[in-house]
Amino acid sequence: MLKIDNLHANAGDTEILKGLSLAIDAGEVHAIMGPNGSGKSTLAHVLAGRDGYEVTSGSVTYQGTDLLPLAPEERAWHGIFLGFQYPIEIPGVNNTYLLKAALNARRKFHGEPEIDAAQFLRIIKDKARMMKMDQSFLNRSVNEGFSGGEKKRNEVFQMAVLEPQLAILDETDSGLDIDALKVVAAGVNALRSKDRAFLLVTHYQRLLDYIEPDHVHVLAGGRIIKSGDKTLAHELEAQGYDWVLREAAGA
Amino acid sequence: MSAKNSDVEDLIGRKYRHGFVTDIESDTVPPGLDEDVIRLISKKKGEPQFMLDWRLRSYRHWLTMREPDWAKINLDPIDYQGISYYSAPKNSDDGPKSLADVDPKLLETYDKLGIPLHERAALAGVAVDAVFDSVSVTTTFREKLAEAGVIFCPFSDAVQDHPELIEQYLGSVVPYRDNFFATLNSAVFTDGSFVYIPKGVRCPMELSTYFRINEANTGQFERTLIIADEGSHVSYLEGCTAPMRDENQLHAAVVELVALGDAQIKYSTVQNWYPGDEEGRGGIYNFVTKRADCRGANSKVSWTQVEAGSAITWKYPSCVLRGENSVGEFYSVAVTNNMQQADTGTKMIHIGANSRSTIVSKGISAGRAQQSYRGLVKIFPTARNARNHTQCDSLLIGKQSGAHTFPYMEIKNPSAVVEHEATTSTIADDQLFYCRQRGLTEEDAVNMIVNGFCKDVFRELPMEFAVEAQALLNVSLEGAVG
Repeated sequence: MLKIDNLHANAGDTEILKGLSLAIDAGEVHAIMGPNGSGKSTLAHVLAGRDGYEVTSGSVTYQGTDLLPLAPEERAWHGIFLGFQYPIEIPGVNNTYLLKAALNARRKFHGEPEIDAAQFLRIIKDKARMMKMDQSFLNRSVNEGFSGGEKKRNEVFQMAVLEPQLAILDETDSGLDIDALKVVAAGVNALRSKDRAFLLVTHYQRLLDYIEPDHVHVLAGGRIIKSGDKTLAHELEAQGYDWVLREAAGA
Repeated sequence: MSAKNSDVEDLIGRKYRHGFVTDIESDTVPPGLDEDVIRLISKKKGEPQFMLDWRLRSYRHWLTMREPDWAKINLDPIDYQGISYYSAPKNSDDGPKSLADVDPKLLETYDKLGIPLHERAALAGVAVDAVFDSVSVTTTFREKLAEAGVIFCPFSDAVQDHPELIEQYLGSVVPYRDNFFATLNSAVFTDGSFVYIPKGVRCPMELSTYFRINEANTGQFERTLIIADEGSHVSYLEGCTAPMRDENQLHAAVVELVALGDAQIKYSTVQNWYPGDEEGRGGIYNFVTKRADCRGANSKVSWTQVEAGSAITWKYPSCVLRGENSVGEFYSVAVTNNMQQADTGTKMIHIGANSRSTIVSKGISAGRAQQSYRGLVKIFPTARNARNHTQCDSLLIGKQSGAHTFPYMEIKNPSAVVEHEATTSTIADDQLFYCRQRGLTEEDAVNMIVNGFCKDVFRELPMEFAVEAQALLNVSLEGAVG
């Protein structure tokens, strides 16, 4: 589904990604871990097409097509979703209204008619219940006055409504108490399917207690320096990153 | 985003949608202004002596005045002798008796503007007193309103049919000596709308007028007078747009509202005159004096405006809160793009005890546009327990636009509570990226963010106007981000 090959990217004048390669197949959950400043968020933003990053070499192929020339909204229409580390507040814009516009933009791209209002309402009520979100959240302004945990929950709620093919969750677990973490994890698990892939960017192993990854990668210095299965996460939790870094430096 | 700059410029460069001119022979007085022109206007309209006397007093006073220069706007000098002060569609001498008698070209013009004059008007329940240039062409629903005792007619008809009301109220809110532009209007105004709502009557429909300037070098001087007698209610909508012209066109309207005891007036405006091209050429100079007198106890006046057009906007819809417990409200969205300039705001003059006022001003500035909020809250010694809350927000788009806030407060009673909140923000890149990541195009994202910013004002507009206002905002800001 997604193939990243020897990706180099700058933020301003600084090279952040230095030859990153990664392949994700449909149905898989990949976790990317790594120390601060290793390029985790940069990777997420480059994949989503954010301005301010320059890809200097390498390629990203998504569902067989070159992803990099596409605008952020085009990537969204093709089924890429980014759960933000710091979800943005948009005063005066109704949460539901944004979602409906987003959903219809994608339907339009795929030549489908706008979603029926009653059907849409049913979908968002179902998903809100799944995320244990109060109905009042639906009619509040996007993220305005939400607590940190509410914002993250709202991200996963949006993901559940938009049903992406590739969901990139950028530190969705940080700032969550254990109950919220469980809800967020349950939301992600409910969406796992053979057609959908997840890329979880996280600092902590504890999210992976609730969302079991197929692959765990360590990102450091702009490259993936070690990959393994879920046991790698436990090792990192127990021993920190130093041994991986040393191992990589020695290799 | 740099790669998209050319698209953005294309969009900014979009031609004004309502830029067309209707080809109708006009009965136009040669340019220039003196007492003879004023006598001619008054004679053409068959006015009683008191009107001519008032016009002449205004003119003589105007000669002693100077154009104000305190607003934060730049403009070329206006040649008042280069303006023609009277223009009327020629075949309107007898006045059309019904829509069938109206010049089809006029109807076509209204159609292009989307004015619901035919059955659409009936379905929408809106009465339209359409003003074309300076003479009112047709009025609908007059009978239905008459049943309720409501008078809604062209100003010049009111001068003929209800001279006692005109003589009593004209200039009672905006005196002829008030300010340069209002005084000029008092001398030369040709038409406008007149509304009288009798005691205890709730006007059975929303009243609406559309203005349109359609004569090169013809200043338009509208005069509107609305009187809400004791305990009455009325909602009045005003919307306007003008064809493209190279010369600057002066517009100096006066609107006077009188609310007697327990009366309520809601006055909504969507203003979309030609703003000039991207270099600021052409466009309407819009110098408007709008004022309400909350004369009676418990009276209430609410101004809601969406100002999107004009090269220059100079406008401060105000409330004189004379009555005890009277309420004044001002909800404003002003959008300026390219080279547009706006200096707008309100005045809330608290005289009566327990008078209350609310000001919500949302300014959006894009391109190289400059915009100022200028507001006065004045509490007289008599205004015990007066309350004011002002919320004044500016949204900047792009790096060359400007927003300025000039709040004035004069408080002469210690029991008053006056609050002022102000914010300035930009459309943040991360807000745009967030929306685009969810699948909205950049244009749609900007529209959504701007509409969210304006929500507090839009919800004060009557429903169909709110929809129109949102659409207008979207068109006005197309391509503003780059």
